Amino acid sequence: MMDKQHEHIVRSYEEELELLNNKIAKMGGLAEQVLGQSIDALERRDPELAASTINEDEAIDALEREIEEQAVVMIARRQPMAYDLRQIMAALRIAGDLERIGDLGKNIAKRAVAVVSEQQPKQLMLGLKHMGELALAQLKEVLDAFIERDADRALKVWYKDEEIDAMYNSLFRELLTYMMEDPRNIGLCTHLLFGAKNIERIGDHATNIAETVYYLVHGAAITDQRPKGDTTSSTPVPLKRSAG
Amino acid sequence: MEAKVAARPVVRVQMPVPPEATEGMLPAAERELKMTARDVNVWYGEKQALFDVSLDIFDRSVTALIGPSGCGKSTFLRALDRMNDVIEGCRMTGEITLDGEDIYSPEVDPVQLRARVGMVFQKPNPFPKSIFENVAYGPRIHGLAGSKAELEEIVIKSLTRAGLFEEVKDRLNESGTGLSGGQQQRLCIARAISVNPEVLLMDEPCSALDPIATARIEALMEELKESLCIVIVTHSMQQAARVSQRTAFFHLGKLVEVDDTVRMFTNPADTRTQDYVTGRFG
Repeated sequence: MMDKQHEHIVRSYEEELELLNNKIAKMGGLAEQVLGQSIDALERRDPELAASTINEDEAIDALEREIEEQAVVMIARRQPMAYDLRQIMAALRIAGDLERIGDLGKNIAKRAVAVVSEQQPKQLMLGLKHMGELALAQLKEVLDAFIERDADRALKVWYKDEEIDAMYNSLFRELLTYMMEDPRNIGLCTHLLFGAKNIERIGDHATNIAETVYYLVHGAAITDQRPKGDTTSSTPVPLKRSAG
Repeated sequence: MEAKVAARPVVRVQMPVPPEATEGMLPAAERELKMTARDVNVWYGEKQALFDVSLDIFDRSVTALIGPSGCGKSTFLRALDRMNDVIEGCRMTGEITLDGEDIYSPEVDPVQLRARVGMVFQKPNPFPKSIFENVAYGPRIHGLAGSKAELEEIVIKSLTRAGLFEEVKDRLNESGTGLSGGQQQRLCIARAISVNPEVLLMDEPCSALDPIATARIEALMEELKESLCIVIVTHSMQQAARVSQRTAFFHLGKLVEVDDTVRMFTNPADTRTQDYVTGRFG
């Protein structure tokens, strides 16, 4: 963990950096909320919760614009160097990732509205819910790592993404099975599959943020190879139903 | 040889400035005019140094004057407290006002004017006297202190406002010239503010200082602008960007552009400003 930085002689510079930090924290909180609620909405088949979640994404987008604009102005006015420069670059990158997380969460909420009338197999929903909870935990953890400027904590998040990938793989297979069993399941399963993919992507954005936190603290990229767990893009799909 | 390059259309996107980024910028409604310049022309002998410069300077903010050497920014600064009066062969037309009053009117006493409009120079120039005397001099000749205790109070207050008191409180009777460059410059600022000026003119106050001493002066300017109108001439665009709320760009004796500092450094209207702030001037 980074040692406590000395304060800037010019107080307003310090305040601006703090403001940038607070905005990321706020944006992160909103992204967590959108993700958590969208999964709840999907599980409970609650179209109202889904609708309000969809609206909340706007606040995330607005914050991203604010952060971008503030970063541009700070680069122009403060000529940030070293750790300060990394803080501003990190804020920009994290804001970008959080904005994508918000969008993906919003997309899950939209699918929750779409599948509201469908009968949902418990087993599948449970899998999706667990995956969502894991992604949410990852997001929380990486945001805490950012606030604490704790690169080790960020690194743990980075490694743990593999678990989300593994869950996505097994969900993918399960959904395929359901679809093959009964074509009437295809509509629902496609929505759930996209939902699962969205969660998997959210996990990737959380690892991006982990990389950014690591860079922020150490001034260098993570050099280790991240274990890749998502193999579905190379999973062959049997075109014919196997006999039996 | 004339380069044959087709003029590239300039696409101008107005970037909304977030409210937090303009912290310290004055909302238009709260801008209180402190000084105005109207059609100011200045000649040194035959040579014209300023051409029809008109500029509004607002209270409780920092206005930065930037531009390449010889662009007239220092000449303009000196016109604001009639320092050009003492230069032989210097002639001026146009009008400069302080709180609506023409500072070049015959009724105005330049000495009184300079108590209201203080100046800090590029090179710290403390008097070869004690730290205390450096600051006490102005209030004494302007009769601001009724007693020794009052004078002491003014000196301590001025040194504190200048962020120097803690560093020199045990050696107020030592010579001002024995201080470090940055401390000397803060002593000069303490001296300038000891007579309660309304406007503080600063002519490259940090160009002889190291980055830390510079940061201290800049932090001090941020404090002082809460109650003062500050005009700073600086060679460092970066400094202008850091300390000012408004920036005026001078070139060849003309005022090219003046706008909010954020706008000037992110999306200036004039291509000459753009070229200067991006280091493409040529």
